[in-house]
Amino acid sequence: MHDTAAPAVVHHHAPPQGFLRKHVFSLDHKVIGKQYLDLALVAVCTGMVLSWLMRLHLAWPTQPIPGLEKLSPNGAAGGLITPEYYLSLMTMHGTIMVFFVLTTAPFAGFGNYFLPIQVGAQDMAFPRINMTSFWLTFVAFLVLIASFFIHDGPALSGWTAYAPLSAVGKDAGPGQGLGQTLWAVSIAIFCIAQLLGSLNFIATTLDLRTKGMSLARMPFSTWSWFITAVIGLIAFAVLMPACILLILDRVAGTSFFIPAGLVISDRLQPHAGGSPLLWQHLFWFFGHPEVYIAILPGFGIVSHILPVFARKPLLGPRVLIGCLIGIAFLSYTVWGHHMFVSGMNPFSAVLFSVPTLVITIPAAIVTMLWIGTIYGAKLRFTTPALFCLGFVSVFVSGGISGFLLAQPSIDTYLHATYFVVGHFHFVMGVAAMFGIFAATYFWLPKMFGRMMNETLGKWHFWLTFIGVYCVFMPMHYLGLAGNVRRYAEFTDDYLKPLIPLHRFITIAALFTGAAQLIFLFNLIRSRFRGPKAPDNPWEATSLEWSTTSPPPLDNFGGRPPVVHRGPNEYGVQGPAGDYVMQAAPEPAAR
Amino acid sequence: MGKLFAIVLTIITVVSTAIFVMRVWWLPADVSAHGPWIDHQLVETMVAAGVLFVLSQLALALFVWKSGDRREGRKITVFPGGAVPIVVLAIVLVGAEILALTFVGSKVWASIYQTPPDPNSLQIDVQAEQFAFYFRYPGPDGRFGSSHPELINEATENYFGLDPANDTTARDDIVVPTLTIPVNRPILLTLHAKDVNHAFYVPELRIQQDFVPGLVIPLHFTATETGKHEIVCTQLCGLGHYNMRAYVEVMRQDQFDQWLKGKAAQQ
Amino acid sequence: MRTRSMLIPATAVLVLGALARSGVVRAAAAAGAISGTVTYTGTPPKAKPIDMAKEPACAQQHATPVTTEAVVTGPGNALRWVVVYISAGDQGAAASAAGVRYDQKGCQYIPHVVALQVNQPLDIYNSDSNSHNIHPLAKVNPEWNKSQPKGAPPIHTKFEQPEFIPVKCNIHPWMHGYFVVLTTAHSTVTDENGGFTLTGLPPGKYTVTAWHEQFGTQSQEVTISGTETKTIHLVFKATPY
Repeated sequence: MHDTAAPAVVHHHAPPQGFLRKHVFSLDHKVIGKQYLDLALVAVCTGMVLSWLMRLHLAWPTQPIPGLEKLSPNGAAGGLITPEYYLSLMTMHGTIMVFFVLTTAPFAGFGNYFLPIQVGAQDMAFPRINMTSFWLTFVAFLVLIASFFIHDGPALSGWTAYAPLSAVGKDAGPGQGLGQTLWAVSIAIFCIAQLLGSLNFIATTLDLRTKGMSLARMPFSTWSWFITAVIGLIAFAVLMPACILLILDRVAGTSFFIPAGLVISDRLQPHAGGSPLLWQHLFWFFGHPEVYIAILPGFGIVSHILPVFARKPLLGPRVLIGCLIGIAFLSYTVWGHHMFVSGMNPFSAVLFSVPTLVITIPAAIVTMLWIGTIYGAKLRFTTPALFCLGFVSVFVSGGISGFLLAQPSIDTYLHATYFVVGHFHFVMGVAAMFGIFAATYFWLPKMFGRMMNETLGKWHFWLTFIGVYCVFMPMHYLGLAGNVRRYAEFTDDYLKPLIPLHRFITIAALFTGAAQLIFLFNLIRSRFRGPKAPDNPWEATSLEWSTTSPPPLDNFGGRPPVVHRGPNEYGVQGPAGDYVMQAAPEPAAR
Repeated sequence: MGKLFAIVLTIITVVSTAIFVMRVWWLPADVSAHGPWIDHQLVETMVAAGVLFVLSQLALALFVWKSGDRREGRKITVFPGGAVPIVVLAIVLVGAEILALTFVGSKVWASIYQTPPDPNSLQIDVQAEQFAFYFRYPGPDGRFGSSHPELINEATENYFGLDPANDTTARDDIVVPTLTIPVNRPILLTLHAKDVNHAFYVPELRIQQDFVPGLVIPLHFTATETGKHEIVCTQLCGLGHYNMRAYVEVMRQDQFDQWLKGKAAQQ
Repeated sequence: MRTRSMLIPATAVLVLGALARSGVVRAAAAAGAISGTVTYTGTPPKAKPIDMAKEPACAQQHATPVTTEAVVTGPGNALRWVVVYISAGDQGAAASAAGVRYDQKGCQYIPHVVALQVNQPLDIYNSDSNSHNIHPLAKVNPEWNKSQPKGAPPIHTKFEQPEFIPVKCNIHPWMHGYFVVLTTAHSTVTDENGGFTLTGLPPGKYTVTAWHEQFGTQSQEVTISGTETKTIHLVFKATPY
């Protein structure tokens, strides 16, 4: 569809004055995007340290970790992690990573920064709401972290917070008192922030595209942010009330999720009439689309970056968009595959299993389009390119194991084992992270006007790529052996022989974690002292490369771009080389 | 750099696939009547998935290797046929695979979870609690006493809240922490939770089912070999989740009868 | 002359009286004791063997399985684990600084019932090779719930309010015990013969209370006039269920 009319809303805001308005309470989507990315950076460091503590404990449970008792006198007296503290670390690891890293960095972070620029707008449609979204997310993070410092410790019911364990309050054990309430409050606030963010993304995409930027000409990353925002609008709109119902059960004596007759800590619980399965349905109705929220921006980012370094157009651009939309739609139909053995009607298992398998079709198509793009390409092996290639590989690895988990009869054996842990870490903990890395290396020059160091980037890539396979592939073997997940220690007879493999994973995880220090060093140093970046260091076509590095306050220096073509013009004869930019005036020469 | 990527990826693919194929770590031997169906489905799916895995990773490796070719004058080439063959291939191949797996798989599933239990089943009541499993047999009168949550007293081992003072059917109920069953006999477990979600998982029996507070969930199976295995909890239930297990002992029918008689005498 | 010969005994009485009031000389000077046995009438519940199948490391420590400890009987209808204490008439004494030891061994709480004074230190040890979890189900004192992995340092705690606190291990459901926190320093727990002795009681009128976790309480009044040991007998009514 060609939309050559001027955008519906012309957006002006006066330049900010003063430190607070410029850097703290900024209305500028670029500052807000960076704030989200900084928050995600703090979150990922926290989440990573938690995972090291978990892995150390699993591998060597009787070995005290010196200094830990100062951090948590209750949870780690003598430096020994108690079972409840392990579960709290695990809950916080999952919650921080899924919400404050994987939903924040690729979507709220990079999306906020680049969506307006990529559609040629001066800012998001609602800058004040945008600023509010960030600060609400920040408050949500503080509320969550606060649970580390209360007497009874953080929640321990996992990021999935199944009721009634999460709903009855402190009778259910340590961490299930104030810690669980703080968790629910934090996530409810996060949901509100995300809903506001989604509104902004959708309105901006539909209303603020510049002249010539039809929907069909939008970059793939913009499409993925737009589709992710739509998914988020529906998904978070279900999680938020679910959290509120959970809070009510905990503090107001309601029984949405708690049936009658439960005896916990020798006390008959004063509840009746609720359904634990209701929580699971509500949570996973959000939870499954959530994992697509985590990965779809990665799809868009890889689709956006790969052609730049392949120097050829992405294969099947319209097919890709169609697949993204198909995946988004199907993501709402599969949630019950997390609940095959949950006690829900077994017939529903078959009903959920079919769309779960069907969703592999668009995912497979998308993967083959990437591989097909690389066919016959002239790859420039920069760090962002390597992370895109790595993304394809780890996404295949993570997606393939889904074939087994999608079938209820096989899930009977593999449910709640390390097979699942390996599966979701490959697609979320690795593939989505690789998308974030690719985006960082690709866009940091544009955001800060400075190049990152290529040598350090390549070391980071290789150590991480090999490292993550050493960490997460073995988890599939553990799962096949029946190794149950979420165990603080492996004391069962059949699990003890698997401990050496766990030790291998722990060592690989520490090693891979250490490799991230290279990235951190590169990131911080380049941000302040990297060599100056030109406007278009990668010879890319989309609108962000038509403006300066970094862009001015209104993104295009008072001259909104006019777009004449899509973002896929690579491998063609252009005025500056083998590409034609979207905003270049002359028509594409093919 | 491209060649390095291709080599590293190929090594990763070959090594990880080999470990699967050689079954270095694998499922324990199956001792259930329905298990062979599950194992068959699992192996079929692993082969299909494995082929896709190897083909995709090696294709990626090959194309990356070739795309690093820096010979002068080399032109970029488009994948033959463009996107259309890919779409068709995906829909046909993956679609066919999905249909096959679903069709066979749903029969396997139905045979475990959607068929009624054998009327001759030995019925055992199972309670999951923080952090142990307890198994109740009806005793010589063949009837389970009613359970009252408010009477539960762990200090006197009244885990099921039985009321033997007033309920005569409860007096001979046998409560044990080990699931003792006869071999080759259909077993019907009725699962209920005392406090929070738990689950019942025996890898060797290829059986897994959550306990849901407020629900009584039936689970039936038949063990085909004698032996002792662990039942472990797989649904996060609190701090003792890792230590929540019981043993299932499958014995010959005559040994089981003797065990049951001995237990009944102790009540 | 008569006045002077009275001076020394008078001074002695004054000094001794002062010392007696200050409590220093009390125990040495005038301390009686109450001893006796606690028994039951009726039929107690059968002691059930505890099957520790889920924790083989503990099961292996007991050649014959241990039995439930809620009701433990002894020869001559003796009742064990009864807390016998002075519930009235006690002139009060500061909390002993000596710690009371509570051990987790063989997946049992040792001792099953511990009697201690408010603010008296309680030291909880894990002597097993597996983790335990201590959950005093207190209602008046703050309730807490902590795990103690193998090798963890002992837990040092105390209770500031008198209360009969059931204690359980979350991980091993059969592990139950009691912390009996009392204002008095004069308390003890009956042994396997149902016997008890309360010492260091100055002359006075006392109420002796015996508490059993299932059978309730029994009380008796006892008067101590000097350094004698009064013997009493307390009887509980036992029921099978």
